[in-house]
Amino acid sequence: MAKEKMQIMVCGGTTCSGKHGEMVYDNLKLELEANALENEVNVVRTGCFGLCKSGPVVKVMPGEVIYTGVKPDDAKDIVSSHIMKGKIVERLLFTDPESKKPLTTEKDLSSQKKQIRIVLRNCGIIDPENIDEAIARDAYEALGKVLTEMKPLDVIKIIKDSGLRGRGGGGFSTGLKWEIAYKNKADEKYVVCNADEGDPGAFMDRSVLEGDPHAVLEAMAICGYSIEAHKGLIYIRAEYPLAVARLKTAIKQAREYGLLGKNIIGTGFDFDIDIRYGAGAFVCGEETALIHSMEGLRGEPTVKPPFPAEAGFMGKPTNVNNVETFACISPIILKGSEWFASIGTAKSKGTKVFALAGKINNVGLIEVPMGTTLREVIYEIGGGIRNGKKFKAAQTGGPSGGCLTEKHLDTPIDFDNLIAAGSMMGSGGLIVMDEDDCMVSVAKFFLDFTVEESCGKCAPCRIGNKRLHELLEHITKGKGVPADLVRLKNMCHVIKDTSLCGLGQSSPNPVLSTLENFREEYEAHVTTKKCPAGQCKDLMEYFIIEGNCVGCTACARVCPVGAITGERKEPHVINPAICIKCGACMEKCKFDAIIIR
Amino acid sequence: MSTIKSPADLKKRKAEFLEKMNRKEKIRVRVHLGTSGQASGAKEIFDFIRLELEKRNIEANVISTGDLGYSFAEPTLEVTLPGKNPVVYGNVDKLKADEIIEKYIKNGEYVDGILPVNYQVIN
Repeated sequence: MAKEKMQIMVCGGTTCSGKHGEMVYDNLKLELEANALENEVNVVRTGCFGLCKSGPVVKVMPGEVIYTGVKPDDAKDIVSSHIMKGKIVERLLFTDPESKKPLTTEKDLSSQKKQIRIVLRNCGIIDPENIDEAIARDAYEALGKVLTEMKPLDVIKIIKDSGLRGRGGGGFSTGLKWEIAYKNKADEKYVVCNADEGDPGAFMDRSVLEGDPHAVLEAMAICGYSIEAHKGLIYIRAEYPLAVARLKTAIKQAREYGLLGKNIIGTGFDFDIDIRYGAGAFVCGEETALIHSMEGLRGEPTVKPPFPAEAGFMGKPTNVNNVETFACISPIILKGSEWFASIGTAKSKGTKVFALAGKINNVGLIEVPMGTTLREVIYEIGGGIRNGKKFKAAQTGGPSGGCLTEKHLDTPIDFDNLIAAGSMMGSGGLIVMDEDDCMVSVAKFFLDFTVEESCGKCAPCRIGNKRLHELLEHITKGKGVPADLVRLKNMCHVIKDTSLCGLGQSSPNPVLSTLENFREEYEAHVTTKKCPAGQCKDLMEYFIIEGNCVGCTACARVCPVGAITGERKEPHVINPAICIKCGACMEKCKFDAIIIR
Repeated sequence: MSTIKSPADLKKRKAEFLEKMNRKEKIRVRVHLGTSGQASGAKEIFDFIRLELEKRNIEANVISTGDLGYSFAEPTLEVTLPGKNPVVYGNVDKLKADEIIEKYIKNGEYVDGILPVNYQVIN
């Protein structure tokens, strides 16, 4: 084979570009041209390498050599030394902070990256419809180990020691949950996988089921062995047709391979899995409601105790875990509890998948160790706020959570810190808001959702949330009075204290947390009747600054309702009584004469 | 397919598959076709790549997988040339797909839009 062509990759991620990464790219091209090498060496821009702290990053192939902290002037050395003489430019290599030795290749630098993929280890990498590919990446190895070498209590001990906590939101110790289910003796027990992912903006469970269904099946079988259950059920929403189809294929293939069903891996252990469909009710993510829904009853929660581990599905001991929790199990068995416990913070171990959404550049799924700060998530991995705007808040925990603000940017994210900050982990949706978002409207948006999703069983949630929503509606329409803020807060506490299940107990959180962190915005709405972010239509007014208006008539011509009048070459005026606040005039004006006030 | 009867059997099956995969030395293209991929048109790219590779007489294994999580850059696809590390491309439209076939798949020459592995892998 001919000698491999040399190629240079330049990181075009937001952080690297911000540190003159573009100039590095340009200079490399110029330098190659100067040496008549532009046809010999290929230079391309790439996405983020995940080494943002050490950017800009340049990678040279073949050899996968990574240069960090490259300045535009360094292009000369890279070309003259590495490209022309094959001599690596030592001074641009990354120095390992511990060993003080230079790290050369991408592989060496792996541990410097912020993200670790445990849950998402196979997503997008294997063909989910081919069980061989999953097996090639260690699927079912942990199950084999558990069934042949371990007793149920050994497995429970490993999971307990690993410090794994439920990823569905509550953060209860998974090992402890298994232990309780193990200790409750019964002729039949059940393992349930909660795939009723309902938080707006969160889709990690769907991705895992679509990309790596065997991770969940294997973990459910391991759980079954540990709590002495022989039946597994996956409760998944019917709105996830692709996940359902891939799960079905995976279950079928696992049965054919003898990895599910009777006598698994020849060990005599029986375990089979079936799918149950949910109709997409948010409350069915709550475990008692989920179990009722599976039994064919209305999806309504009941009082705990009894906990599902005592009397769950069909009155039998049942262990319910979330998809992401299950996806952590096999690596823990294979790599040990110490390995898992070494990742994360003192009380929150391992990694967490977040679904980044909202006003952020890199929307999508990320997986970071617990304890990563919000700043790292938003500005490094997330690529910063869209259009260079200012960060205002990030909602975690979906409609049950609260918002984190600028003062929380450097707080390590884990279960306990989020609760201390007035929010919660939830399932890991992270919705980012910028300076243009009105926090009262944000709270109203989440309440919209809860009002819609409340099952109606208990009065505080059914009626209380509705009234909360009405109050917020009033405030955003400019009809609020200062006393409303007190009423809001009181009502929130009543709903929280008296609701039956997690839905009602947490639904006022978005209101409480925005009220706490952005009180001045609420006050502006109720006192001066202004929306500082300019989002609440009823509280704003388009206005023409006389001095800036040249009378070009562009705005008057574009106005769909004829609200703008004025003579040619004379300042125009908007009649607020006619204006429908569509904003067309503001877009059209070339002289910045139209403002919102 | 016979059932797996012991952990040793499972290991054997794994080794056999890995060996088969390495022996083939075939170009592998994986289009990330989860729900978010499909929503951004990855299915069209998947069909395009399949058809074009066949038209251009390039023997390759084109498979669909779940999403990688790079929603901001979808559709995404991964190309593995024999003996090389996989390379992921983002924001792939038909034009980009054509460029990937002509430059990367045919000549191993990178094109803009690579999404490097920005995370630590555990196995």
